[in-house]
Amino acid sequence: MKFDSPAGENLFDRATVIGQPIHRIDGPLKVTGHAPYAYERHAVVEGQVYGYPVGAGIAKGRILAIDTTAAEAAPGVLGIVTTLEHDPIEGVFDYDPVRHFGGDEVLHYHQAIAVVVAETFEQARAAANRLGIEYERDDSAAFDLAATPEAAGETDTAPAQTVGDFESAFASAAVTLDETYTTPAESHAMMEPHATIAAWDGDSVTLWTSNQMIAWGRGSIAKAFDVPAENVRLDSPYIGGGFGVKLFVRSDAIMAGLAARKVGRPVKVALPRPMIANNTTHRGETIQRIRIGADADGRITAIGHHNATNALTTAGGENSTLPTVAFYAAANRLVVNDPARMDLPNSNAMRAPGETAGLMAFEVAMDEMAEKLGMDPVELRILNDTQVDPGNPDIPFSDRHYVECLNRGAEAFGWSSRNSAPGATRDGVWLIGHGVAGAYRPAPVLASGARVVLTPDGRLRIESDMTDIGTGSYTVMAQTAAEVMGLSVADVSIGLGDSDFPVSAGSGGQWGAASATAGVYAACVALRQAIAERLDMAEGDLTFENGMVRTGNTSVPLGEVGGGTDLVGEDAIEFGAFRSQEVLVATFGAHFVEVGVHAHTGEIRVRRMLAVCDAGRILNPMTARSQVIGAMTMGVGAAIMEEMAVDHRYGFFVNHDLAGYEVPVHFDIPSQDVIFLETADAYSTPLKAKGVGELGLCGVSAAVANAITNATGVRVRNYPVTLDKLLSGLPAA
Amino acid sequence: MRAFSYERATSPQGAARALAATEGAKFIAGGTNLLDLMKLEIETPTHLVDVNDLGLDTIEDSADGGLRIGAMVRNTDLAAHARVRRDYAVLTRALVAGASGQLRNKATTAGNLLQRTRCPYFYDTNMPCNKRAPGSGCAAIDGYSRQLGIIGTSEACIATHPSDMAVAMRALDASVETVNADGDTRTMPLADLHRLPGDTPENETTLEPGEMITAVTLPPAIGGRHFYHKVRDRSSYAFALVSVAAVVQADGTGRVALGGVAPKPWRREEAEAALPDGAAAAMAAILDGATPTDDNAFKVTLAERTLTAVLAQAQE
Ligand SMILES: Cc1cc2nc3c(=O)[nH]c(=O)nc-3n(C[C@H](O)[C@H](O)[C@H](O)COP(=O)(O)OP(=O)(O)OC[C@H]3O[C@@H](n4cnc5c(N)ncnc54)[C@H](O)[C@@H]3O)c2cc1C
Ligand code: SF4
Repeated sequence: MKFDSPAGENLFDRATVIGQPIHRIDGPLKVTGHAPYAYERHAVVEGQVYGYPVGAGIAKGRILAIDTTAAEAAPGVLGIVTTLEHDPIEGVFDYDPVRHFGGDEVLHYHQAIAVVVAETFEQARAAANRLGIEYERDDSAAFDLAATPEAAGETDTAPAQTVGDFESAFASAAVTLDETYTTPAESHAMMEPHATIAAWDGDSVTLWTSNQMIAWGRGSIAKAFDVPAENVRLDSPYIGGGFGVKLFVRSDAIMAGLAARKVGRPVKVALPRPMIANNTTHRGETIQRIRIGADADGRITAIGHHNATNALTTAGGENSTLPTVAFYAAANRLVVNDPARMDLPNSNAMRAPGETAGLMAFEVAMDEMAEKLGMDPVELRILNDTQVDPGNPDIPFSDRHYVECLNRGAEAFGWSSRNSAPGATRDGVWLIGHGVAGAYRPAPVLASGARVVLTPDGRLRIESDMTDIGTGSYTVMAQTAAEVMGLSVADVSIGLGDSDFPVSAGSGGQWGAASATAGVYAACVALRQAIAERLDMAEGDLTFENGMVRTGNTSVPLGEVGGGTDLVGEDAIEFGAFRSQEVLVATFGAHFVEVGVHAHTGEIRVRRMLAVCDAGRILNPMTARSQVIGAMTMGVGAAIMEEMAVDHRYGFFVNHDLAGYEVPVHFDIPSQDVIFLETADAYSTPLKAKGVGELGLCGVSAAVANAITNATGVRVRNYPVTLDKLLSGLPAA
Repeated sequence: MRAFSYERATSPQGAARALAATEGAKFIAGGTNLLDLMKLEIETPTHLVDVNDLGLDTIEDSADGGLRIGAMVRNTDLAAHARVRRDYAVLTRALVAGASGQLRNKATTAGNLLQRTRCPYFYDTNMPCNKRAPGSGCAAIDGYSRQLGIIGTSEACIATHPSDMAVAMRALDASVETVNADGDTRTMPLADLHRLPGDTPENETTLEPGEMITAVTLPPAIGGRHFYHKVRDRSSYAFALVSVAAVVQADGTGRVALGGVAPKPWRREEAEAALPDGAAAAMAAILDGATPTDDNAFKVTLAERTLTAVLAQAQE
């Protein structure tokens, strides 16, 4: 099915199943421990043995030798694969430039260099510690982003956006801001570590793994093991979070496959938690110089944004300028993204890549501008809204209700009673502050396929390689099929994450739900056509309702149409160029936060949060809300605690486990409210839906930071905003 | 984890004897710290002597009106004990500020006192660390040291002792009872249990090889208001940046011990005379001679401000 013009009125507008707050259909399996994650799939293949990975102990250099004698002699050991016996295996995509395994070169700390296979996990781990590894350390490495020419703005990297004449507009602006903000490296810290069980059968390999993008993963594995893609099966039905670090296969899958081939047994490998931070990817650090010029009334005339970020090759990094090019109006703009090639592990996508770090800074800059202008920060944002692409005014936003997000939120939150004087509101020993920030994130989509099978018992089965990374894909896809076929969700079963199923959009970039539901729609339309042919009717004359297909006065139970055999519909949605060429399709939001800061110690406690989201049709308000409150929690982490500390001498993230890298605990999570605007974006998909999973994170941290400033009068421009950065500036107790 | 042998001791002296009999043996109590370190091969005992079944899990009133806490009393049980809550509330508050419910159910009194530092470089066996690998150097001093110590540290090691419980016990003038392989028992002030690192940060306590902790005793209750203010970046389940255990009397005198700043629970009795003059004066004396790094210099200010918060609360 081609989606090559905006959706008209269609069956989704009735929203009898889609749009309903239906509980997750995989929920009972998950809360009772019956949804097996990759490492626990004991039943899928006999004779599984354990591989324990070893990461490089240096950040840059060469491996001179790996002595395996002691490890080989250790109890239970079945085999050892070292990096020296393989050519380098690189990531398959330009934007995932990693060295999975192989070769003697060490590009970053904890790069995978060996895997030891044994009968038990404990034996493998013990033997892994017996490897004798000789390194030659290369000290000519760059680990400090602040010391790079990119950070100093000394490069002549081509701008990502130039509109008008930024320099002179900025120079002549009545009110200006010129500040530098930093955001640290962050770890995805998903619950389920990277894990894979690999088994070979001749030249074919199956990987039971944890991966967001099955078809991409299949291609990577085929290339890594030099086999045709048809010989590769990936299966990933349940995924304990990914946040972008599982967009691409990681070293666990490569090591499991290499080891399984070498020892001739199925091998399972999980990355130990302390290895994940440095072995895999992270959100890159950023140093952002932001310049904003406005006239005295607050109308922004000039926006400048320069972003420096770390990348193992120039293809990585956290591009914090992504939202800047389109979020606010301004006739003069200069936007530069400048990744610095550094020897830290590769930075890559983490939930709302670009927007997260970008809005952490820019939405604080907006708060500072409001302060300078003596304006309410909500007003300033409303005044500078744009309905067109600021870089190309001929291109309108397809459906943008940012102003309504701000207004609705301000009202629901009680913004008008906020005390704009910083450090002036108290609740006992707590300094109270309120902050706001805007949210912006594009709404991309990818082609997405599915197969639907109507069985004689009247039930429908959906098959797709789409993944559910805890987001609710199972549920919204079942709702879509139920809506189109006139069934209830209880009549629909669904299998996901298997590369034997039709290729879907996968999960990433908040394109998953919007694309995959459209794919299910396409498949269901194909099935409806098959049914129509069977009945010798025109599809348009049929009504699908309550498990029946009706035409005129006759009704047939759906299950009977096939006359005892299955009826199959298979198709994919393909999105036409109009969607990216004629309009900007994006999602918008506003976050409001109240914090308390301890007047003596500077301890920060978020007290309440509100998000208002404009994300098109909400497919299921319950799963959507889960996405948004989870994202808000992540934003609190980024605002006040999360930081992967870089050791500039040894070149690694020091706090590389969950004791040292703190993420919010339940007690940090206050009351959270989410309001979804009732919008529907006809340009987005046939369901008029867009993503919310990343939108929910955009701007949250800035709202927290702005609230802290309102509470204390202290402006911290280096995240995370921890108490040590507040102490010297707290108002007298 | 290296292979090890295991035995379950049946008496305290038997446990001490078993330990003395095997080179490289260690006691195991709740295992919540030791097993983690063994998995990473930071600890590599050849033999484990399990001390859980020695009847050391009771809390009893002592003859002098104080309290005798068996070495194997779980942190959860100690925190919930009626007399501890009534007479030694600082101890309950410190215990429940530590770790998580699950860990406290398993963690023991002796194990908690003897848990090892949380310095991140100590945990990464690729890094130099004088405590883990004597003589290899200290990666933390010029590295990421935000969590680490500011006083009582040395040029060889700036690690902190991570316990919350021990800080409260130090404020309460607790003592530690031990037994050795010969059956000799001794009692020492908790203040004397932990050593400062000096040139040998690997030697953390004054216990003799094989000496086993059998109990912790608390002197009779001292009244006053009891506080434990633990400051950290998130609201729970994190080690202290700074913690203040304080018992404050109605006349403004009191006791203060600090966690998160030193290789042992940090208390200077002589500095407490300054308490009635306020937090600034008292903390200046308590932290006199501090040598923080750039990363953790804020702890000096934070300790003072946390004490201010506690004293303000004491006056409410
Ligand atoms: C995730 C996590 C978070 C934590 N957070 C905190 C926190 O916030 N605050 C805090 O204070 N603690 C915290 N802890 C540490 C926890 O309190 C300790 O791990 C626990 O108290 C250790 O007790 P155990 O009985 O399990 O000791 P074990 O691990 O069994 O033993 C620890 C040491 O004591 C020795 N030992 C045990 N018993 C004896 C004895 N009778 N005589 C002589 N030596 C003995 C052992 O040989 C070993 O060296 C945390 C731990 C974890 C894992
Ligand atoms: S501070 Fe102590 S524990 Fe940490 S690296 Fe230095 S020597 Fe090791």
